[in-house]
Amino acid sequence: MFKALFTFHYWLERKAIGFVVAILMVSSVGGIVEIAPLFTIHQTVEAAPDMRLYTPLELAGRNIYVREGCYACHSQMIRTLRDEVERYGPYSLAVESKYDHPMLWGSKRTGPDLARIGNKYSDEWHVLHFIDPRALVPPSVMPSYARLLNNSLRTDDLGNHLTAQRAVGVPYSDEMIANARADAFGQANPDSPLSEGVSKRYGEATTVRPFDGKPDHLTEMDAIVAYLQILGRLTEAPYKTAATTGE
Amino acid sequence: MQIERDPVSGYLTTGHEWNGIKELNTPVPRIVWFFIAVTHIWALGYWLLMPAFPLGSTYTKGLLNADDRAAVTESVRQAQAARSGWTDELMSKSYAEIQRDQALMAEVRRSGRALFGDNCVACHGENGQGAPGFPDLRRSSLWGATPEVIAETIRVGINSGHKDSRVSQMPAFGRDQMLQGSQIQEVLAYVLSLSGPAGPRPAEMVEAGKAVFAANCASCHGDDAKGKLDVGAPNLTTGYWRTGGSGASLHGVLWDGLRGQMPSWEGRLSPVDRKILTLYVVDLRERHQ
Repeated sequence: MFKALFTFHYWLERKAIGFVVAILMVSSVGGIVEIAPLFTIHQTVEAAPDMRLYTPLELAGRNIYVREGCYACHSQMIRTLRDEVERYGPYSLAVESKYDHPMLWGSKRTGPDLARIGNKYSDEWHVLHFIDPRALVPPSVMPSYARLLNNSLRTDDLGNHLTAQRAVGVPYSDEMIANARADAFGQANPDSPLSEGVSKRYGEATTVRPFDGKPDHLTEMDAIVAYLQILGRLTEAPYKTAATTGE
Repeated sequence: MQIERDPVSGYLTTGHEWNGIKELNTPVPRIVWFFIAVTHIWALGYWLLMPAFPLGSTYTKGLLNADDRAAVTESVRQAQAARSGWTDELMSKSYAEIQRDQALMAEVRRSGRALFGDNCVACHGENGQGAPGFPDLRRSSLWGATPEVIAETIRVGINSGHKDSRVSQMPAFGRDQMLQGSQIQEVLAYVLSLSGPAGPRPAEMVEAGKAVFAANCASCHGDDAKGKLDVGAPNLTTGYWRTGGSGASLHGVLWDGLRGQMPSWEGRLSPVDRKILTLYVVDLRERHQ
């Protein structure tokens, strides 16, 4: 049998195109066996009926997170390891990244993991910490992002960002896209008439707060704090798993 | 092209020839066959024991039934069981009993330090000393300092959104035009005089501030300015200021108000962990005095 195999291989080696095709077929076996089935296996992505979408303000904050390269030092992925679960909270579920385009799991922790940072600290803490990280955490090596507090948030293109997310499968409605700009203003200004639309479109649990403490000025600080405060809070599904140190 | 046998090694050549140089068609060494065989046997075993093959909407689970999520759940449970000896005791005893029990308190300090580091240090500092805007846990007592009160504050938070959250807000006396600029200066002078020398501020200013205080501030901070625990209004006579204590920062509080926020930890930390933290904070306070 070995002899027949070798004879076949000698023959194949002499066919340039045929050999290339054979290499491609063999090297794709790993992908076909390990990746392709994930699209059909039911357990790949858990069910989370309560999962909500990122609001336009949170999506803008996410874009700032990407722009500033936060993912280079912060991961958003709690692995199934005891020390991570005890330190950060329940391990990450695949469904939590359902609307993450691109995903920001990261692979480097110069700073702590941020997958469960939502609601862990106050808005005020986040703002002060962005302005001067070492005032609150002396050994921190995080750069200051004080400028975010003065940068007005660009909102004229938010509808386009929502449309782009919809193109890759995030179920934003026409109404959400049409009101993206107003919703961004409303979410950071609870006293404005625009804030009602945010809760109506994105759910009552949506955080509507003056994130940076200045409700009349919509800044990049509002956006990034709104985004951080929702991390790990789009769905309650991970908190129902057994491996939590909470009850 | 001609395949011939090499007289020295006894192997055949490949038949190629480059400027007189020919290539031996040496067989694959035995050691390579050996390791190929070993890895294939290993793979067969792995396929049987571990999750391996996709089957449409499911997959082969493997004989070991290995599952990372179940494994971490189990290891967390085991870790909790391993320390249940003292955590059960902790949960069944009263705060006073625990504080008298040195062995238990040693565990509280050891575990509490890790918990405090993971959850509290960001705002309250490594030793609970606080930071401008965030109370010094060793000195501040906005809602009271008994273990029961501290435990409840950790559970529900302050202005947190928890259904039982403690609620406290200092109005923005300046911004919302409840007081005039001069009145704010006067009441500031009065309040500063309660905890130290009045400094450069004239006595009549302090006197005027006293009237402003009685009319506007006493309802929360008390007639004697010693604070009211039920509304989280701080004692203004101790000389400790959670916003830092400079004249400018206190003026800012009078002007813009103050609405500190502490998250609720009920959904994040177990009752055992919260009790450890309560005792850790009580211990911090006692050791500071």
